[in-house]
Amino acid sequence: MSVGTSMRGTVMSGWFAVYFREMLILRRRLPRLMASMAVSPLLYVIAFGYAMGDQIMPGGRPYLEFLIPGLCAMSSMTQAWGIASEINISRFYWHIFEEFQAAPVSGFAYVTAEVLAGVTRTLLAVCIIIAIGALFGVRLWYGPLFWLAVALNAFVFASLAVASAMLVKSHADQAMATSFIITPMAFLGGTFFPVERLPQWAGMIVNLLPLTHASRAVRLAAYGQLPPWGSYWLLAGLGGIAFLAAQRCVRMARD
Amino acid sequence: MIGIDGITKRYGKAVALSGVSLEVAEGEIFAYLGPNGAGKTTTIRILTGLTRLTDGAAVLNGYDIAASPLNAKRQCGLVPQAVNLDNELSVRENLDIHGRLFGMPGRARRERMAVLLEYVGLEGKEGVQIKKLSGGLKRRAMIARALMHEPRILFLDEPSVGLDPAIRRKIWGLIRQIQADGTTIFLTTHYIEEAEFLADRVAFLDEGRIVALDSPDALMGSLGQWSVDLLANNHMETRHFETRQDAQSYAASREGSFTVRRVNLEDAFLAQTGKKIQ
Repeated sequence: MSVGTSMRGTVMSGWFAVYFREMLILRRRLPRLMASMAVSPLLYVIAFGYAMGDQIMPGGRPYLEFLIPGLCAMSSMTQAWGIASEINISRFYWHIFEEFQAAPVSGFAYVTAEVLAGVTRTLLAVCIIIAIGALFGVRLWYGPLFWLAVALNAFVFASLAVASAMLVKSHADQAMATSFIITPMAFLGGTFFPVERLPQWAGMIVNLLPLTHASRAVRLAAYGQLPPWGSYWLLAGLGGIAFLAAQRCVRMARD
Repeated sequence: MIGIDGITKRYGKAVALSGVSLEVAEGEIFAYLGPNGAGKTTTIRILTGLTRLTDGAAVLNGYDIAASPLNAKRQCGLVPQAVNLDNELSVRENLDIHGRLFGMPGRARRERMAVLLEYVGLEGKEGVQIKKLSGGLKRRAMIARALMHEPRILFLDEPSVGLDPAIRRKIWGLIRQIQADGTTIFLTTHYIEEAEFLADRVAFLDEGRIVALDSPDALMGSLGQWSVDLLANNHMETRHFETRQDAQSYAASREGSFTVRRVNLEDAFLAQTGKKIQ
């Protein structure tokens, strides 16, 4: 069989190869990756939750019960965004991205695979946070709406990560994007404090951030309440736009 | 098999390639010879879909690279200059991912992998992580990976750069074998001996333009068969002659130290461009 002449593909051809490669790398790095995923949440839980928790009762609940869903939402952003660094390294340092560019893989298939890899990584990180929470006595409801909110937020930020990784010209640019966009959002997006406590003008701005909606949806779902469907639709819409932008950026990544 | 018609690549005001046209026949080894920055890699990057054309057209085995890019990519395998294997993964995993990228079913991947590992001399190393392989073995793994999907055309960008002479010879033998098996080969090099040893035809590329294109023998034969490098008063002069006797007679008649040798492609390139390749 001559594959070169006989095989015909579709727009999705090759997506599994890209995803499979990401999973092989993830499996190889799993122990250190899990350790690194646990460090920040553990420190936040100890510093903010365990040490200060008795003095703060947002919505009448222990602060740790407020913090754990917030950390899950934040992690769904940071871990999904983290694939940008991985793509950057494979693009600028190892040149593995060229292997994908030279293969008959559409931009749609490539972005689908990388976004799925980002979502997979996120789900792993959130499981670790839930386990840390359980260690500190936090028992919440992690039902389908909880996971849907986590996955949608990961979809938004993994798509943005792919777009960003295609646009930046160096690792330094990527680090700058993280400093100016992701870090402020992590602290202002309802992870550590109720957004309702902010002044009205600040609250309006913060409500424009996708993480604020993800935090709200994840937290309410974890409390066993029905989150606002608007947050889910907003995240899905933003994710769709970011996904399309990522596809376009992949096409533009050819010099 | 490969048809290139007036391809041009500009980066802003800088011109990397300017109206390059050529054709490569099925089963041919075609070498692109030129100094660094001549546009060799740019040509390969355009043909394999890594770089966008500014102008012109190219066809790979009947598929236009702009109009039908995914089908064009299915026709070719690429061995880039820089090692771009997944260092953390094994040889087997790298080849397997490539096969999946090209839509090969599992059984076809396994069978092809077994054939290729033996073909490139990597049998027994399939489970070894890439980072534990030597430079020569990495190059072989890259060639095996590029051949996984049985491409009709193989692009080799400086295939033996950075390798010691003994390994280089082995890679050349492998390239010859790949040609004998029916694959068309397009390679870039700045090694004179590589082009002389491997190529059926050679194009001289200088500053983004083809300045000569013919068989190595024809390119060299236009100058003569023998050369004399004469060093006198710290000045090197080279002259070409049809016979060794003429060359030696000339050298004996002049003062200074001299070397009589066969004409090579460097002489032909120098005659065409006024520049040395290396």
